[in-house]
Amino acid sequence: MDLLRFITAGSVDDGKSTLIGRLLYDTDSIKVDQLQAILKQSKNKGEGEIDLALFTDGLRAEREQGITIDVAYKYFSTDKRKFIIADAPGHIQYTRNMVTGASNSDLIIILIDARQGVVEQTRRHSIIASLLQIPHVVVAINKMDMVDYSEEVFNAIKSDYSSMANQLNIKDVTFIPISALVGDNIVNDSVYMPWYKGQTLLHFLENISLVNDINHTDGRFPVQYVIRPQSDDLHDYRGYAGKIVSGIYKKGDKVTILPEGIESEIEAVEVHGKEVDEAYAPQSAVIRLKDDIDVNRGNVISTARNQPKVEQEFDATICWMDSRPLVAGNKYLLQVQSKTVRCVVRDIHYKLDVNSLEKLTDVQQVSLNDVVQVTIKTASPIVFDSYESLRANGGAILIDETAFTTVAGCMLH
Amino acid sequence: MSAYKLDYLDQLESESIHIMREVAGQFERPALLFSGGKDSITLVQLALKAFKPGKIPFPLVHIDTGHNFPEAIAYRDKLAEETGAKLIVRYVEDTIKAKGLKEPTGKFASRNALQAFTLLDTIEEFGFDACIGGARRDEEKARAKERIFSVRDEFGQWDPKKQRPELWNLYNGKIHKGENVRVFPISNWVELDVWNYIKREGIGLPSIYFSHDREVLVHGEHLVATSPFIRIDEDDVIVTKKVRYRTVGDMTCTAAVESTAGNIDDIVAEINLTQISERGETRIDDQVSEAAMEDRKKNGYF
Repeated sequence: MDLLRFITAGSVDDGKSTLIGRLLYDTDSIKVDQLQAILKQSKNKGEGEIDLALFTDGLRAEREQGITIDVAYKYFSTDKRKFIIADAPGHIQYTRNMVTGASNSDLIIILIDARQGVVEQTRRHSIIASLLQIPHVVVAINKMDMVDYSEEVFNAIKSDYSSMANQLNIKDVTFIPISALVGDNIVNDSVYMPWYKGQTLLHFLENISLVNDINHTDGRFPVQYVIRPQSDDLHDYRGYAGKIVSGIYKKGDKVTILPEGIESEIEAVEVHGKEVDEAYAPQSAVIRLKDDIDVNRGNVISTARNQPKVEQEFDATICWMDSRPLVAGNKYLLQVQSKTVRCVVRDIHYKLDVNSLEKLTDVQQVSLNDVVQVTIKTASPIVFDSYESLRANGGAILIDETAFTTVAGCMLH
Repeated sequence: MSAYKLDYLDQLESESIHIMREVAGQFERPALLFSGGKDSITLVQLALKAFKPGKIPFPLVHIDTGHNFPEAIAYRDKLAEETGAKLIVRYVEDTIKAKGLKEPTGKFASRNALQAFTLLDTIEEFGFDACIGGARRDEEKARAKERIFSVRDEFGQWDPKKQRPELWNLYNGKIHKGENVRVFPISNWVELDVWNYIKREGIGLPSIYFSHDREVLVHGEHLVATSPFIRIDEDDVIVTKKVRYRTVGDMTCTAAVESTAGNIDDIVAEINLTQISERGETRIDDQVSEAAMEDRKKNGYF
């Protein structure tokens, strides 16, 4: 049994909450008392039938206003997989939340209302999926019951979306016709769509192969913490604790300590205090080195071949997440893996229109939810890979120097 | 490459260990809030693994309401001794006396709300900048929106609208003096994950998690242990039943479930089949209002 993290994109009108409710309900992930609470609420709102969308409603503040204000996480599992759903709201002002939810996702479900087809919002969600490089895309064409379960409607939307996906360089796309309300092709096959020969949504989620999503070639091990027991029996013990971002680490491997570029060799790899033959991403491990060198939190132990970038000035695509605007020349803290350095956002090259992919130059300032291309200069060299080549080691955040809030998500190039 | 595939429990464990190490790496004075329940017991096991062969580099802190199950307290003391971890205990009773707090009254008067006062005082006393807790997002709606690093102001308050976005596996632990961060390493675990992990790792639990005979008061659908901390009225129905606890909180607000499950395998089998949620079955204090947890979080509870 393994783990799949996915994000659902779409608005309330597309039936996103109903879809999540349906997945939870049809996999028996909702308990009787939770169901009763929902039934009671459905009655309070004057709706006779059970409203599956209520399962994803969170805070009272949201219920009162009928909105979703942040990413909520939901869980369910089957015999094959455990699933973590990042439920991000789809409204225009919430690019920030979608980027946040997408950053950790292996897969995105983009919901399209069969009556509407591909709309501006579909485009926006797909652009974000492409920017964040979510490995797998499912386009769930919902409300098929409202279009008489028409194969023509399904095919027309599929064709529209495919040409857009080509433009956006989205590769792995799967189309599934569903009705979240009725339950067609979610967990159970639809009796109304005999023309559809593909898998149900759940079957697809359960079986999609994830093994190639993790890079086991380029070793990246950011040191989080140095373990030095300094006890009598472990007097000279010095272990570097971290989580393997990518690659495989073995005793005897030649490694380079970055950003300094010091070479060494692995003395031992330990997992939970026991020496192992090898450890691989995404395991948490401890590495000991043959040489007595000064390695600290923020250093990266890289395999000697295929090293990451070590740079002080680089371009990044950033999503702005703060209400105070970004202006070229502003200084921030940049956090990459376990390293935090001061930096300046030197140039803002262009703003990306997330509805059209158009590049708008002459950007004076950057506001909440804007996606922009910038050049960042850091106070000292940082270790990273370009987001395109190694997603797991190409993400960073910007932190306000005095408020300490997280103001941007960055995809480094 | 299929050999390099991690089981879901290994993936969850690795994520939690990464979070533990981020706490140790980013903060000067972290603490692990220990309640004696299975979730915080799991946290201690994860912390042990994260820092092996070293010791856990932060103390375990227990905010003792005085209404605990004695079995949980005995377990706590034994665990601290066995792991060599430093244990700090602060008592809600002392805060009530020192501050003249008003104790709640009623049949199942719970000190749960008062716990926040003692917790905030303890954070101030030791200058803790990060407190690791065992909350899970599947427990309750308000928790489903919680970040892994949750920044609190000096009053311990949680503002859902001011949460920092959390991207990839980057946790921003920067805070101002007086603020602190609540950290939830097992956010992504559900109840069954915890039980399966306890089973797989062979983690010992307080005896009340296993089936035993107990005198209980029948309160609607809940069975509440008789104790000096609850008010027993003349017309109360008191019976002795074979029960176990699915969660361990205060004796005043945690209900037992009828069960003959005497070992971890039987418990996992029962949880697999149960039709009732963990909080719904065992927590009396969440029944008050729909937004009970949301309100308590805003006031500095977890």
